[in-house]
Amino acid sequence: MSRIQTTFARLQTNKKQALIPFITAGDPHPAATVGLMHALVSGGADVLELGVPFSDPMADGPIIQKASERALAHGTSLLDVLGMVRDFRRKDADTPVVLMGYANPIEAMGYQLFAQKAIEAGVDGVLTVDLPPEEAGPLAEILKSQGLDAIFLLAPTTPDWRVAEVAKHASGYVYYVSLKGVTGAANLDMESVAAKLGSLREMLSLPIGVGFGIRDAATAQAVAKVADAVIIGSRLVQEVEEHGADAAPRLMAFMREVRSAMDSAR
Amino acid sequence: MHINDLLIPQTYDLPDSRGRFGDYGGIYVAETLMAALDELRREYEQACQDPAFMAEYQYELKHYVGRPSPIYHAKRWSEQLGGAQIYLKREDLNHTGAHKINNTIGQALLARRMGKKRVIAETGAGQHGVASATVAARYGMECVVYMGAEDIQRQSANVYRMKLLGATVVPVTSGSRTLKDALNEAMRDWVTNVDNTFYILGTAAGPHPYPMLVRDFQAVIGEESKVQMQEMAGRQPDVVVACVGGGSNAIGMFYPYIQVPGVRMVGVEAGGDGVETGRHAAPLTAGTPGVLHGNRTYLMQDEHGQIIETHSVSAGLDYPGVGPEHSYLKDIGRVEYTAANDDESLAAFHELCRTEGIIPALESSHALAYAKRLAPTLAKDKIILVNLSGRGDKDIPTVARLAGLEL
Repeated sequence: MSRIQTTFARLQTNKKQALIPFITAGDPHPAATVGLMHALVSGGADVLELGVPFSDPMADGPIIQKASERALAHGTSLLDVLGMVRDFRRKDADTPVVLMGYANPIEAMGYQLFAQKAIEAGVDGVLTVDLPPEEAGPLAEILKSQGLDAIFLLAPTTPDWRVAEVAKHASGYVYYVSLKGVTGAANLDMESVAAKLGSLREMLSLPIGVGFGIRDAATAQAVAKVADAVIIGSRLVQEVEEHGADAAPRLMAFMREVRSAMDSAR
Repeated sequence: MHINDLLIPQTYDLPDSRGRFGDYGGIYVAETLMAALDELRREYEQACQDPAFMAEYQYELKHYVGRPSPIYHAKRWSEQLGGAQIYLKREDLNHTGAHKINNTIGQALLARRMGKKRVIAETGAGQHGVASATVAARYGMECVVYMGAEDIQRQSANVYRMKLLGATVVPVTSGSRTLKDALNEAMRDWVTNVDNTFYILGTAAGPHPYPMLVRDFQAVIGEESKVQMQEMAGRQPDVVVACVGGGSNAIGMFYPYIQVPGVRMVGVEAGGDGVETGRHAAPLTAGTPGVLHGNRTYLMQDEHGQIIETHSVSAGLDYPGVGPEHSYLKDIGRVEYTAANDDESLAAFHELCRTEGIIPALESSHALAYAKRLAPTLAKDKIILVNLSGRGDKDIPTVARLAGLEL
């Protein structure tokens, strides 16, 4: 069983939902990332999503774009991000780490080499935003052969036949984009999320995480009532933007607040 | 048989159903856009089969754009260069002053067919933004144009033109503040407003079906040229030359010639300060394949797969990627790609002004610069056809500034 599967199985036994925070690797500085990752785990994270900075983050809103720019200003490369995961693993052997980013840095490294280095570093899953199932086949196969989970996005606009396509390639969990928009948008419609998740569950056996637009404990609590995982990105990245390397205690406090709201959800 | 004829593909029916030109193209976007791209592809396929749609497109090209655009024999310039005869395909004479409107009319008609009341566009030099704002006014649609803050500075006349036409121009301050960032921002808008918005993409790049439909709407350039060259010179040109940024004017000119024997084709990228300096915008000449803006193609990128900043005197060529069909045509050898740097393009700009009374766009001046280099090496009975993709009125402040004048 992969670390991601083990995590979701444990949560299911305890009737809990996963809390999955996202931060951009290398933001505000490459040296700060591992500390922030540990802080997120202390705050109650079950899985970590670590953003791989890219020069042209087409699917991200201004908050994560700027985080990418800050990380790139320090020259944070995909190789550096893998190094951060390796450092993180020295103290944490259990919390799954998912890399989230765009195809081109992985293309530049080469699929095979990337998958090898990722598994060696202790990465558990990879979500490539601009590789829909139509284009993801070759990478997904290599990831799986190395024991890495290929995480895919589903959107409000995804028709049923495409959910089946995603199901063919996906493992670990799927990431349901709660709204039409970029990361950090603020127009989450809980009713439509609940309805869509109901129909997705009929077609998918994997756990479903919901992200985009979750900015506070109340929203997280509402999402936790219908989803298997709550994914929070821009709200945390904003803390890093405002407080830099000193953001750790704030991230921890915010995570604890969200965690307790989620755990009292049912 | 001409040596280049060996490189002519026996059949050419691209892209395939997955939007591929060989290894290039494809659909590399986030899931949220997949349904919209699928809808666009289906709608376009239906429109192609609909005689009424095609008839309206043709009508608009004739009566609104002023097509066919003429071909002009630049006799004085050819004489001065002392070699091959240079002919110019006058896309600069189109309504709005460039080839861009061929595509925006086609896409706006598609938008109307799909019931979308709002159109968005990205623009570099502003020509595509103006062409989009123009058709939006013409068809009564709301129009939002994304433009890099840097480009807004260098193309202020076009910014005002867009506003006069009723469009909203949104400055993009992320990244390098140029065309690529405007494209990112337009994609973000589209993802957010996908239900009521049509994205009029300006170049033959992006996710499938855009490279195909932009090519098809621009192919009128090459189709007309084939007829007009026959009429004027009694034969097809020996060499066809076009500038390549994203590559829409070039693919429009080249596509109808791909299977014509004896026609050599050359795409000219922006060499900036010189390809050897690294300060340029010439991915086909000096880049490597990768994935950006929805398609796999040649890119300007560093060893870590980050897109690097481009440099060109011409805002319209200042782009780190290129349409995927050009990547394919490069790899199979059917089209040669080279670069002209800022200085030689400016020199060609001035020569055309002085010898032919035509002020060309700085983008098109790159194609002219290559023609200027090539013509003296060929016999006087050879023919070079240059796609003069746009007029240079928008570039006058830039050229003046380079000459030390503030207008």
